[in-house]
Formats: sequence, structure tokens, C-alpha cells
Amino acid sequence: MGLVALLLPLSTAGGVWIANADLTVLMMIAGILLFAQAGIRPRQSRMRGPLVLAGAALVAIATIAALRSGTVGFGEGAAGYTLAGLAAMAAAFRGIALVARLPETSLPVRLLPPAALGLTLLYAWEGGCLGFGVPAVLLPPPSAIGAAFAANLPVLWQDFVQTVWKGALRGYLIGCTAGILLGVAADRVAFLRRGLLPVANLMSAAPIVGVAPIMVMWFGFDWPSKAAVVVVTTLFPMLVNTLAGLSATSRQELDLMRSYAASHTTTLLVARLPNALPFLFNGLKISATLALIAAIVAEFFGTPVVGMGFRISTEVARMNVDVVWATILVAAIAGSGTYAALSFIERRVTFWHPAMRGR
Amino acid sequence: MTELAAGPVPGPRTGRIGRALAERGADILPVTTVALLVIVIWYAAALLLNAPQAIEQLARKGVTDPAIAELMAEAFAQRRPVLPTPDQVVVEIVTSSTERPVGNVRNLITHVIATAQSTLAGFVLGSILGLGLAIGMAALRPLERGVLPWIVASQTVPILAIAPMVVVVLGNLGFTGLLPKAVISMYLCFFPVAIGMTKGLRSADPLHMDLMHSYNATPFQVFLKLRLPAALPYLFASLKVAIAAALVGAIVGELPTGGQAGLGTRLLAGSYYGQTTQIWAALIAASLLSALLVQAVALAERIVVRQSGGAR
Repeated sequence: MGLVALLLPLSTAGGVWIANADLTVLMMIAGILLFAQAGIRPRQSRMRGPLVLAGAALVAIATIAALRSGTVGFGEGAAGYTLAGLAAMAAAFRGIALVARLPETSLPVRLLPPAALGLTLLYAWEGGCLGFGVPAVLLPPPSAIGAAFAANLPVLWQDFVQTVWKGALRGYLIGCTAGILLGVAADRVAFLRRGLLPVANLMSAAPIVGVAPIMVMWFGFDWPSKAAVVVVTTLFPMLVNTLAGLSATSRQELDLMRSYAASHTTTLLVARLPNALPFLFNGLKISATLALIAAIVAEFFGTPVVGMGFRISTEVARMNVDVVWATILVAAIAGSGTYAALSFIERRVTFWHPAMRGR
Repeated sequence: MTELAAGPVPGPRTGRIGRALAERGADILPVTTVALLVIVIWYAAALLLNAPQAIEQLARKGVTDPAIAELMAEAFAQRRPVLPTPDQVVVEIVTSSTERPVGNVRNLITHVIATAQSTLAGFVLGSILGLGLAIGMAALRPLERGVLPWIVASQTVPILAIAPMVVVVLGNLGFTGLLPKAVISMYLCFFPVAIGMTKGLRSADPLHMDLMHSYNATPFQVFLKLRLPAALPYLFASLKVAIAAALVGAIVGELPTGGQAGLGTRLLAGSYYGQTTQIWAALIAASLLSALLVQAVALAERIVVRQSGGAR
């Protein structure tokens, strides 16, 4: 499939290529050779997917290099390059599908499909921006964002410390702890639980971001007001998840604890809290993304001259879109990192749980 | 024997409604207690936070050592309170909804309708996108391992934080009004639908799958007659989360547009001019709208489940 598509550019863009016959052509040919390699291997071969991906990567790099040299643009009738780019993406998807079918034996095999897909999307973004000459104010290419990220590292680090470390993290810890404790207390008193659950469900659906201006009025412009918004944002999802988790213990386990004459506290610690762990982690993951967003949005309503929300709003006004995207990159890294760390801890802590089996 | 052949006898309707009421009624007392408790705490907090202002104003009137009753009366009737009392908020909601005709910029209902419009537009777009992704991943299982991590990663991008930029950029491209806000709502609400439906489409009973296999059903038939009905509970649970998320997206999308309609605009205006009562009124209106939308989804769920013959 990829092979046929890749032979097309050779015919249409031959003239352009001979004009700047250089590394790009060699890479194209190397890529095609790799596809051919993959094509002649037997269907069961484990190497087909990686070979196709490597070929796609070579062709992709070649097209980007040609675009960077400024000799061609997708809009200037260089149909061969457009086709080569599309073929590289098609081949990448084919390679991802091939790798994804392999049994999940090793970490590289597990990580290759998402990594390859991410690179494919980045390639489409970069190639589209360069080829169609998208103005940087609308959407800067990933390379420009990376450059802005590297150039502004100290400022971005200060913003990160202000927003994530001071505001979001402290609020997150307080909010989640309070949510869990309130959940345990509400679980102990049935009356309280039946009263709190509808209220908590209503509150977790309410647009809590709206309390940001109020919190800024109460706690001032610095990080405490952001932490307060995060506390209110994370409290209710955590409470709802704790209550759901505490009711997840099976009748049999409870009967066993009863036959041991275990006290309410012992039952809670030994049977019900461990069984609630998947729900708690679910709540922690949801709250983590909410906390980050809440802290950033709260900074729109008043902030000192540092912080990610402040950076975004000022740099948009100054038309420095690449810095804005660099800040977004920081937020995405922080969010994904937190999510991945929580998932890792969850796998370590709840490896015994049925939901985790066969992973 | 004839009675047996007659099939199930439909029970009296009152019986079912009566049972439902009895189940709900058990919760009415605790819920009212907690609600009352919240209101009492609210009043106490209002007294605490407004007291400094109130003491100052009483001192200007010449009352230097006010009795607690005097102080309370003053603290609960501030023109610009630090924390408005529940009755002040209710009065604000009622007057701002009725004082001027709907459509006037200073009418609260105008803003509620504007926000509801962009919420629903984003909700429809996001649900379609989420469903498409979930069905695509269910149909092409190998792709799921590549795509799913990115769907999760997409939600760590603080779309709410770049909402102003999205609105400004789309505005420059000539897209103004409803669409930018709807795009932000869509981005927030496709995620729960995609994740929930991915789970739901896999939740069919293996026994039923075997039965379909023994009928020699095509994958499409299995999808339509077994996987989709099995996924309905997951779908509606996700839709409830999604519509609440869409509302948040719509409100934040309104923040940068400035001076246009919407609850977000109302919040920001109240924040700029220190109109705390107006902020709280907008906030309560948003919560009520959220509850209303979630209830609408729940109603749709009941209707769909009944139509598809599912037992509840």
C-alpha cells in the first residue's frame, strides 16, 4: 500500500528532485527500500511494523528537509511532495497497526504505537504549517514552539513554580485529603451520606471555575486564592469517588470481617479502603487535571506578574503566540506527567485488583 | 392455565410511582437537613466576612458599640457584601430576571439562554466526535493502543486557559459568536464520551457474543444488535458528565469575548466592578442550568431505555 503511493512522487516530482539532488532524494530512496524490505518479509515476521515505521520516518524527514530548504511549498504545485507526505503518513498508520498487533511483551512494543502516532501528528502539523504557509500568529509549527520553549526556559520555570507548585499542588493536596476524610466520615454516618451525596453530585456538576473571582476577592492575587479554587474544584469529585469506592466491598468480605468480630475501623482499614483504591485513584486522576486547569483559569481573575495564566493572557495580547504554545506545552507535560505517575503508582498499589489483571 | 398464557399482568401505575416516591422519600429528610446546614453555614460565613464592613458603616452612623442583632441586620444588608446572603442572591436572581425584558443585556435570563445555546451546540458536536472515536477504536482494535493515550493526553492541554486565544484566533478567521465557544465546549466534552463508549462497546456479555457468533452474525450486526444496546448505560453516564463539562467550556469561552451575552461575561463584569451579588447570582444560575441539563439527559436516558425495551 505504502509502496505504491511512494513510487508516485518519483514520477511526478522527478524534475524538482534532480534540480536539488541531495540527501533528501537519498533518504526517499532509502525509505522506499525499507518499505520493500517490509513487503517481502513473511506475514508473521515481527520486523514488518518497525521497518514500515522506519521507512515512513525517513520519507517524512526528507519532505520536511525539502520544505525547510525553501525550494518547494505544498501550495506551489509540487504535487510530488504533497503525495510523499501523505504517503509517509499512510505508511506510518500502517506501521502503527502492524506494531499494535504484536503481543505486548516488552516496553518498546507497548510504547511504539502511541509514540509513532504522536510523531505522525506532529509531522502533519509541521508539514502543513510549512507547506501551506500558515501565519505563525494563527498556528506556529512545532519547531517554533520548541524553540520558544528552549529560549524562555527560566521564565516558564518561574511560571510553573507559581502556578503548579504553589497554587495547584497545595490546593490539590488539601482538596483531595478533605474529600477523602469527608467521604470516610459520611460513610460512617448513613444520614450524612444520604444527605451529602446529592449535594456533592450537584456540586461536582456545577461550574466551579466561577468561584475564581470570589476567591481572588477573599484571598488576594497571589497563590492562596488559586489554591482555594483548586480545593473547591477537587473536593467534590474526590468525595463522590470515595463514597462510591467505600461501597465497593463485596458482601462476602464484609461477612468474613464480621465473623472475625472486626471493629468498624478495622473493617475500614483492612477490607473497605483497599477495595476503594481503584475509585480513589480514579478520583485522584480526574482531580489532577481539574486542579491544573482551575489554577490557570483562576489567574485570569487577578494575579501577580508571574504564573502560567498570566503568561498566556499577556503573551496573547503581545501576539507572541509561540510563547503561549510553549506555556501550553508546559501544562501538557505537567498534566500528562502527573497522570502517568498516578497510573504508575496505581499499578504498583492495586496490582491485586481484578480490574488490573491481564494488563 | 389461561392466566399463565395471558402474559405478564401490567401492575397499577400508582404502585410504581408510589414505590419510587417511597424510595426517594427516604432521602428527603437527610437532603433537606444538609441543605439547611449549608444555608446556616452560609449565613454564619456572611456575618463573619461582612462584619468588618458593617462595623465601619455603623460607626459612621454613630453607633460605636452595636448589639449583635444590629450588627447582623447591617451585615446581611450590605450593598456590596464580601459574601452576599442567600436571600440577597435569590432577590438578585429574581429582580435581574424580571426587571427588564428578556433580550436586554442586563437581564439574567438573556445570559442563561446565550450560555445554554453554546453549551448545547458544543455538546452535540463533542458527543458526535466522541462517539465517532469510540466506534472507530472499537472497529479497528489495533489502532486503539496508539490513539487512546493521546485522547487522555489531549485533556491535559488546558483548553480553558487557551480559550481566549482560540476565541481570538477564530475571530480573526471570521468565526465569531456561537462557534468558538462551541468549539471549546466540544473539546471538553468529547473526552468522557469517547472513554465511556470505548468501555461500553466492550461491555457486551461474552455469552451473548458467542450466541451472535453461532447465528453467524456479521460484525456490523453484532455491533448494532448487541454492542450498542449494551453500551447504552455507559453512554448516558458519559453524556451526563459531558454536558456539565460543556457548560464549563461555554462559560470560560465567554470570558474573553467581553461585553457580549453569557454567564461568563456576567461573572467577569461582576468581578471587575465588585458586584459580588451579581457574581453569586450568575454562579447559582449556572449551577441550576447545569442541574437542569443533566436532568434532561437523564430523562432522555429513561425514554431511550424504555423504547429499546430495557428493564429498569
